[in-house]
Amino acid sequence: AMTAHSFALPVVLFSAFWGLVGIAAPWFVPKGPNRGVIITMLVTTAVCCYLFWLIAILAQANPLFGPQLKNETIWYVRFLWE
Amino acid sequence: RQLNPKVSAFQRRFVGEVRRCEEMEKTFTFLQQELRGAGRALGPCPENPRAPLAREALRVQEQSEQLAQELREVSRNRASLRGRLRELRQYLHVLREGQRFTSLPAPHGSPPRPRALSEREPILDPSLHQHLDRKINFVAGVIHPWRVSAFERLLWRACRGYLVASFVEMPEPMEDPATGESITWVIFLISYWGEQIGQKIRKISDCFHCHVYPYPESEASRADTMSGLHSQIQDLSVVLEETEQYLAQVLDKVALALPTWRVQVQKMKAIYLVLNQCSFDVTEKCLIAEVWCPVRDLTQVQDALRQGSYKSGSSVECFVQRIPTSESPPTLIRTNKFTAGFQSIVDAYGVASYQEVNPAPYAIITFPFIFAIMFGDVGHGLLMFLFALWMVLYENSPSLRQASNEIWLTFFEGRYLILLMGAFSIYTGFIYNECFSKATVIFPSAWSVATMANHSSWRWDPNSPVTPNPRSLPGLTPPRSVHSSAYLATHPSLTLDPNVTGVFQGPYPFGIDPIWSLATNHLNFLNSFKMKMSVVLGIVHMGFGVLLGVFNHLHFQQRHRLVLEFLPEMVFLLALFGYLVFLIFYKWITFSAANSLVAPSILIHFIDMFLFTSNAGNLPLYQGQVPVQTVLVVLALASVPVLLLGTPLYLCCRRRAPRTGRPAPVATGEQEPLLEGQEAGNSVNATKEDVESGGHSPDAEHLDFAEVFMHQAIHTIEYCLGCVSNTASYLRLWALSLAHAQLSEVLWTMVMRNGFVRLSYAGGVVLVPVFAAFAVLTVAILLVMEGLSAFLHALRLHWVEFQNKFYVGAGYKLSPFAFAPDARE
Repeated sequence: AMTAHSFALPVVLFSAFWGLVGIAAPWFVPKGPNRGVIITMLVTTAVCCYLFWLIAILAQANPLFGPQLKNETIWYVRFLWE
Repeated sequence: RQLNPKVSAFQRRFVGEVRRCEEMEKTFTFLQQELRGAGRALGPCPENPRAPLAREALRVQEQSEQLAQELREVSRNRASLRGRLRELRQYLHVLREGQRFTSLPAPHGSPPRPRALSEREPILDPSLHQHLDRKINFVAGVIHPWRVSAFERLLWRACRGYLVASFVEMPEPMEDPATGESITWVIFLISYWGEQIGQKIRKISDCFHCHVYPYPESEASRADTMSGLHSQIQDLSVVLEETEQYLAQVLDKVALALPTWRVQVQKMKAIYLVLNQCSFDVTEKCLIAEVWCPVRDLTQVQDALRQGSYKSGSSVECFVQRIPTSESPPTLIRTNKFTAGFQSIVDAYGVASYQEVNPAPYAIITFPFIFAIMFGDVGHGLLMFLFALWMVLYENSPSLRQASNEIWLTFFEGRYLILLMGAFSIYTGFIYNECFSKATVIFPSAWSVATMANHSSWRWDPNSPVTPNPRSLPGLTPPRSVHSSAYLATHPSLTLDPNVTGVFQGPYPFGIDPIWSLATNHLNFLNSFKMKMSVVLGIVHMGFGVLLGVFNHLHFQQRHRLVLEFLPEMVFLLALFGYLVFLIFYKWITFSAANSLVAPSILIHFIDMFLFTSNAGNLPLYQGQVPVQTVLVVLALASVPVLLLGTPLYLCCRRRAPRTGRPAPVATGEQEPLLEGQEAGNSVNATKEDVESGGHSPDAEHLDFAEVFMHQAIHTIEYCLGCVSNTASYLRLWALSLAHAQLSEVLWTMVMRNGFVRLSYAGGVVLVPVFAAFAVLTVAILLVMEGLSAFLHALRLHWVEFQNKFYVGAGYKLSPFAFAPDARE
């Protein structure tokens, strides 16, 4: 199938998701001895995972070259996937 | 703290008590050995007994010694009884067997006698006895079976045939008193005539360590002796039985009491060892101890002291006082069972200096994340996660906790670490789109093969600059319906061109497009992606490290370092490597397939930036790139002398200003030593200042400009060169993830795929061992080996590249006195 993937939609979605995890969720951590550690963990996770995903999608946004496929693969993909 | 450095170990006050504890422990060991010898196991101590008071300790000592004494006596009795029994039994056998030789000839139908090692027939004919005029004497005894032949030969040679010896094996084996093993003895009966021969024989049998028993001459006396022996043996057996029963009772008592005693005595010994470190007051009525105590726990300590005084019934209370010191205090970081694992990997590099910022809370996430970058695979991550989940859910089961295998314990201690590592690996596996080296198609792929195939360039144009494959049929335009098969048949591989509209339809929303796992040039794309990713993440990690240094500067009131160290460091890092990150992102966003032929190389631009040259073939990324880069390089170079000279000059200027007071000591605040007095008498004594060893007086710091400058120079060089080398060092993220992906792919294509070759029932049977091999190799190579390797590299990245931006790690841990469970057994 050849669906067109938009670029804006995933960016908005994932930014919102990791923004929730990293910025909004820390306000809701219950008070206790571990509050600081949990907030640190949430923020660090959000930053790391968001950055990693962002790099992956940006690297593919404007590809400079395409995949080179074997002719068997082309035949298979052409007639079975599409 | 050791308050008696001058007093030797033997003169300390409580050395007597310690010795007593050690003696008791010796007794306990003896008792335990006896228990073990009797085949009983010593159970673990059921409850946690308190350390005993002095009189209780005496009682324990007396009881244990008494029990040990009893045990020794009873064992001795038993041993002697056994020996006696054995002798009697041997004698009985000797008589019985000897009976056969010297009694009336047995009837023909008698069962054959067991032959000893000697093969001679007994030539003694009992009926001959009566005819001989000389008197025949006998020597009877028992000999070890190995010595029989030598004995025989010696007898033969020595007595020249004037004797008749017969050997018979004993019907039942008996214990050898010397070695304790069970041997089948050989009974011998020597009949001889003549006194001298008799003496010779006796001497020889002495040499051979035989047990010789008196052999009565006549039949009747033999019968009497035998019946006497019988009754003796019976009596002895009864006594022996009762002795054994008594022994068992004693052992029972010991087994009951021993575990508790052991723990009590261990606690006592620990307490006395600590007390040995306290000093006595002048009036010898008061014990003084200097301890480190966290300020937060101060009230708890005071409460405990009060309770202790109350319980020991003394009339005056113990008390606590703070004293100032110039020693640097130990570091205490409170962790719970989750954070302990992460703190331990930070501490393994170096314990944080007192009140330094602790990298562990950040490492809780960054360490598993960096591991996962190198390990990224959904399938492997899932296996790791499930393994860790099992360990975590069953962490309270005693069989898991008390295993003795050290490797298992290492894994168990790190179960939360492995849990997070597995979870992040699943995430990065999804982004790399690898699940046991296969891509998952969550969203449909963005690259359209059909559009490419329908495009004219695949149909007939051999001169298209985009098709990389030069082999094409010149001028051939096959009919549309057949074109694909014929064209494909002649071109073993073709490239999808993103320039053609419709071929590339937008970036895959979550991770790497699955089409890449089918592509032969997928490493070209993946390498570029992963290298840039490693560099970006590395620079972010290092920048974060420098940022953490700010906390240190603020906490230790060294604001000058904010401007003189943090700022130049940050400028250097961002101007050069932050700019590199910017270039990477810029190129990703602005350059696409339309201008892919002229896309500039970032690496060459970066190198040119440093060398202040330019390369004509390498187009600029944006307008005005060269002046921007020049400015940045100048800025970075300018920050180096600031970093180098800023702090030393500032400190120098500050010292030269008139002193308003001593500079505040660094170690103010939370931890301070306390003074604890323990009561032994009635009078309360004032606290005494004791010997403070190791502290240097505060006003002895005269400025050593050379030293500070040297230190700063080293720091500058380390930092600047480190920036470059550490950035490159982060490329190991790329290298290891590539290795993991390739190993995983190899395992799939060379092992598992062979199981799918035959699509029949036979193929199904073949699949089972193939899968077994695949599973074993996956766990052994990919999970264990690659896991350990990625763990190690992630650790190195943290310890060296991240932590040398801000961490000093020169502290020592607070080791409070605690009754740790003794693991020796």
